[in-house]
Amino acid sequence: MNKAKDPLFHIVKRDALPWYKSLGIRLIAILAALIVCAVVTTILTGINPIQVYVSIFLGAFGTARKTWITFQNIAILLLISLALTPAFRMRFWNIGGEGQVLIGGLAAAVCMITLADKVPNVVVILLMIVCSLGAGAIWGLIPAFFKAKWNTNETLSTLMMNYIATQLVAFYTIVWEMPKGSGKIGIINQNTNVGWLPEIGGSKYLLSIVVAVLVTVLMYIYLTYSKHGYEIEVVGESERTARYVGIKVEKVIIRTMLLSGAICGLVGLLLVGGINHTVTTTIANGQGFTAVLVSWMAKFNPFTMIATSFLIIFLNRGASEISTTFGLNQSFADILTGIILFFIIGCEFFIAYQIHFRKKPERRMIVND
Amino acid sequence: MKKCVKLIAAASVIATLGACTGVAVNAEETTVKAGFIFLHDENSTYDLNFINAAKEACEKMGIEYVAKTGIPEGQEAYDAACELADQGCNFVFADSFGHEDYIIEAAKEFPDVQFCHATGTKAHTEGLDNFHNAFASIYEGRYLAGVAAGMKLNEMIADGTITEDQAKMGYVGAYTYAEVISGYTSYFLGARSVCPTATMEVTFTGSWYDETAEKEGANKLIEDGCVLISQHADSMGAPTACETAGVPDVSYNGSTESACPETFLVSSRINWEPYFEYAMGCVASGDAIDTDWTGNLETGSVELTSLGKTAAEGTQEAIDDTKAKLESGELHVFDTSTFTVDGKALESYMADVDTDADYEGDHEAVSDGYFHESEFRSAPYFDVKIDGIDLLDTAF
Repeated sequence: MNKAKDPLFHIVKRDALPWYKSLGIRLIAILAALIVCAVVTTILTGINPIQVYVSIFLGAFGTARKTWITFQNIAILLLISLALTPAFRMRFWNIGGEGQVLIGGLAAAVCMITLADKVPNVVVILLMIVCSLGAGAIWGLIPAFFKAKWNTNETLSTLMMNYIATQLVAFYTIVWEMPKGSGKIGIINQNTNVGWLPEIGGSKYLLSIVVAVLVTVLMYIYLTYSKHGYEIEVVGESERTARYVGIKVEKVIIRTMLLSGAICGLVGLLLVGGINHTVTTTIANGQGFTAVLVSWMAKFNPFTMIATSFLIIFLNRGASEISTTFGLNQSFADILTGIILFFIIGCEFFIAYQIHFRKKPERRMIVND
Repeated sequence: MKKCVKLIAAASVIATLGACTGVAVNAEETTVKAGFIFLHDENSTYDLNFINAAKEACEKMGIEYVAKTGIPEGQEAYDAACELADQGCNFVFADSFGHEDYIIEAAKEFPDVQFCHATGTKAHTEGLDNFHNAFASIYEGRYLAGVAAGMKLNEMIADGTITEDQAKMGYVGAYTYAEVISGYTSYFLGARSVCPTATMEVTFTGSWYDETAEKEGANKLIEDGCVLISQHADSMGAPTACETAGVPDVSYNGSTESACPETFLVSSRINWEPYFEYAMGCVASGDAIDTDWTGNLETGSVELTSLGKTAAEGTQEAIDDTKAKLESGELHVFDTSTFTVDGKALESYMADVDTDADYEGDHEAVSDGYFHESEFRSAPYFDVKIDGIDLLDTAF
């Protein structure tokens, strides 16, 4: 018996699973998550978990308005995720979505406030579009430039750009606060509606959704079928290979981050011009970071991202409904979201790897010993 | 015959009309369903104060209600208000200043629902008959809390802990906003009414709720030689800093005695229950709600907590005495004979009552020897910088 002991189990990388098996694993994970949530809910609050699930669903889709808001929120999160995706595919870790959205929003607000009674509304809106996309693109360009030129760490620089954007917004909030000293800009042009993006189809909520659908399709085409998309892919796989085949890596990095930043700027435009009609330091609400998760979970596939952003928003909306209906603290909703995300992210492990347990020693082997 | 038919028809029409009005009279007592929008949840002292009052008022009046907590000051506030209206609420209330514009948007969309908003400034200029502002004359409560602080300073002077010239208080404010300025000035005037050598330093955090900044602000003031601290921001930052440093503290929004037993002096707060009862009562009876409603000591809207054990002897008597004078109108908090501005008495002041982009005064607020606070609108507009109060930073 001097043989090394077999470990209880060992982990082996799987070959690619057929889609139905990986989907199956994910469904099992969601089911397991719901069961754990149910147990936790019952133990901690004594509330019937079925009621909780019904309430989560009603929170997202209970009324026409709730459904619209849910889809609008999905659209915004999806857009930010789409914006980050080309950079991620290039292995450029843009975690500056938050700042790029904010600065785009600030640019829109600046146009709305300073141009309100100077030029016609159409001109204001056109300028807002140009400025927001431009501002977002610049916010993406700066870290990309440093990365391309001197190979600086983009994770740090994009993150730091977030703080600069936040402080700029904080500064202008004080400049344009109303009333004085309140630290709030309030709704911009509330009575004239100058610079408010048009409602399409008579719905307050539709515009962002339409934009998101368009950008999703375009992004898929761009990444999958265009030369740019291919270049991004190659740079992401290996910069050396990219150089070897004659791709100008610096150019690809800068171009991709301009795109990434501009789409974030577009989200800022939608948030300020279309939805909130004001700008605050918290308008992006951490979604620049949530989008990282959404994009990763979808393996950087734009269409899968629809599902992952749906999941996050659905849970989020449902969670706040639980706290309203059952008088629970918002934190409890966060606990449930945490459990569900844990299972969903955790199941990726079982899709990528297989666990082999130690087999019981077979009789034949004993005999041989 | 024809005439007769006509008569009968007319009579029946009149009868039906009468019956109709009769029914209408009975139906006037509308069932109220209330919806509340809170910025944070009960972990914020500011929101907890509203949440408790809402709960009590609704339970007392037997009203069904829905409360939404954690609603940011953005489009979410509009969405929340509309969702409540969709759910059948005919009374919707929002508790945070930044909610106002979004509640106005919702009010335009749901003319049959009464929207009330605390601390807002726009109801009197917006001209909507279903959007209302409310506040309370909390400056009177602050003044009384200031009396308690002044008594404590006197005690410290009497027992030799500090000299008369060292009677410097510290105040942690949120923004250089009229509500804050009105608050710390009334508090200071209350303290100086009993301790004539009192001075005060004020620092601003640039946030209504930032525990770290408030704690740091309080510590900075204490290091600066302030011997007594008060605050107008919503976290436990300043009270806990005081408890650690052993400096007496006048808190706000409710007692912090359980967390800070050694240093808690007193706290003033707005009790929102009287307003909720008033406004929901109006919805029930079909009466119009005041565009601007300002609660006061008499309505029970302005309250002081019981004194902490560190309070000086005779404080309760001094407070009761001052309170009686305030209630009788004998004493005014912003009596222009009790303070100076740049060394001169304040004889005229145009207050910025109407909210617009130019921060210019539009209402003459000084007359009959005092500044008329919260009379032209419910939210405070006293933003005069008086002598004796030193603002350390005014970036916010």
